[in-house]
Amino acid sequence: MPRQRTARLPVLDAPARRTEGLSPRTTRALRARLVAAVLVLVSLALITVYFRESEDGTLHGAQRIGLSVAMPFEVAGERIARPFRDAWGWASDLVGAKDDNEKLRAEVDNLRQQVIQSQTAVSENERLRAELKFIDGPSFPSGFEGVTTRVVGRPPSAYSQEILIAAGSSSGIERNDPVVTKDGLVGLVTDVTSNGAQVTLLTDQSSAVSAVVLESGAAGIVRHGPSDTSALILDRVSKDELVEQGDLVITAGWRSGKLESLYPRGIPVGTVKSVGQQDVDLYKRIQVAPLVNFDSLAEVIVLVPKNR
Amino acid sequence: MIADAIKAGALMVVAALVQVSLASTIEVAEGHPDVVLVLVIGIALLRGPVFGAVVGFWAGLVLDVVSLETLGLTSLLLTLVGYFAGRLGDVTTKSSAHPSLVAVALGTIGFGLGSAVLHFMLGSTISAAEFFVGVLLPSLALNLLLAYPLYGLCRRIFQPEPRERREVSPAV
Repeated sequence: MPRQRTARLPVLDAPARRTEGLSPRTTRALRARLVAAVLVLVSLALITVYFRESEDGTLHGAQRIGLSVAMPFEVAGERIARPFRDAWGWASDLVGAKDDNEKLRAEVDNLRQQVIQSQTAVSENERLRAELKFIDGPSFPSGFEGVTTRVVGRPPSAYSQEILIAAGSSSGIERNDPVVTKDGLVGLVTDVTSNGAQVTLLTDQSSAVSAVVLESGAAGIVRHGPSDTSALILDRVSKDELVEQGDLVITAGWRSGKLESLYPRGIPVGTVKSVGQQDVDLYKRIQVAPLVNFDSLAEVIVLVPKNR
Repeated sequence: MIADAIKAGALMVVAALVQVSLASTIEVAEGHPDVVLVLVIGIALLRGPVFGAVVGFWAGLVLDVVSLETLGLTSLLLTLVGYFAGRLGDVTTKSSAHPSLVAVALGTIGFGLGSAVLHFMLGSTISAAEFFVGVLLPSLALNLLLAYPLYGLCRRIFQPEPRERREVSPAV
């Protein structure tokens, strides 16, 4: 029995009309729902039967027949589509190659870091071996123990010729202990904490070391040069002394009664770079090139007296 | 109507072949463009829910056959997509020259979710994150890109029906 609907009209006293049957829109909507419901049910039935039947069942057979009919078209479609697919694959591979490239670059960066660390370790190892050899060797000053330590701080400007080292009073270091490398004299400890110390370099304006020229025995004082911060001069050498370019300058290590030099004798300081003299001067003008490269100090050895 | 049915049937066969041989190889993350789905939505928008449901059912059946999938699985989903897209077309874009991107987006999401649920019920599982990020989002983007050209094709093949006049209240 069709549903009866009453049309309510907004006018008083107007006779109410009753439509006979459903409107076309309602009918169409119901038909659409019915069709959709039937198709959904058919689909569900297909799924159910497809799952329940064996591989040789009707639906599987029909599907295989359908596929065999469609197969030539599929093959043709595949051939037509192949260039497009190849183009897409090429583009995808290109994107993949870009990703691979980024990954490999990251890996190269990582490996480069490892190589740098390894090379640094090798270099440090070689330096420490050389210093150990120097400490154990005959050129190491007698009566001293060597405390090998790392340079942890450098002068913030060219005006401050000081470095900080990572060993202090806990390692037996005190003020005025000389500091060397295997190459030669570095400077003097001027301040000490428990785990660190300040070393004033030989190139500082306040530094002065009594020294002799190894070849001739000419004595003088090595101190900071007048202009260049890294240059040294050997001052107070009499004009009578014979000093030549290339001569080695070492610490004098003098002793006078109870007084003695802060530096033991025989530590290399530098080589004579140039020698000059004028009639008006009292002493020779001798420039000394330091043996130690003060710009690249990494480890130093503090000479701690054994009898302290 | 019969001519439309023949055209739609043939178009769906061609679309299913294109889907299997070409579109399924275009892969962004794990998602593929779905030519058949977009065409079903386009036809349903132009021809209404009954036609949409029937075309969806047929397209799903063809797709299941040519890809040797479980028969009825895609039919079920595309029938529902066609029906609801047709309902949407009745009230929105039946004669519009532009595809309803909303319909394509909703159809893709509904089809994707329904497919995931059905496959889950049948024993195939996929992680939710992989499904949403790897499958659904790329498919959605690709289908929206396909929407304009494929809807234009649908409009050329199936001329839009003139929008029917709304029923008016009887004169008082």
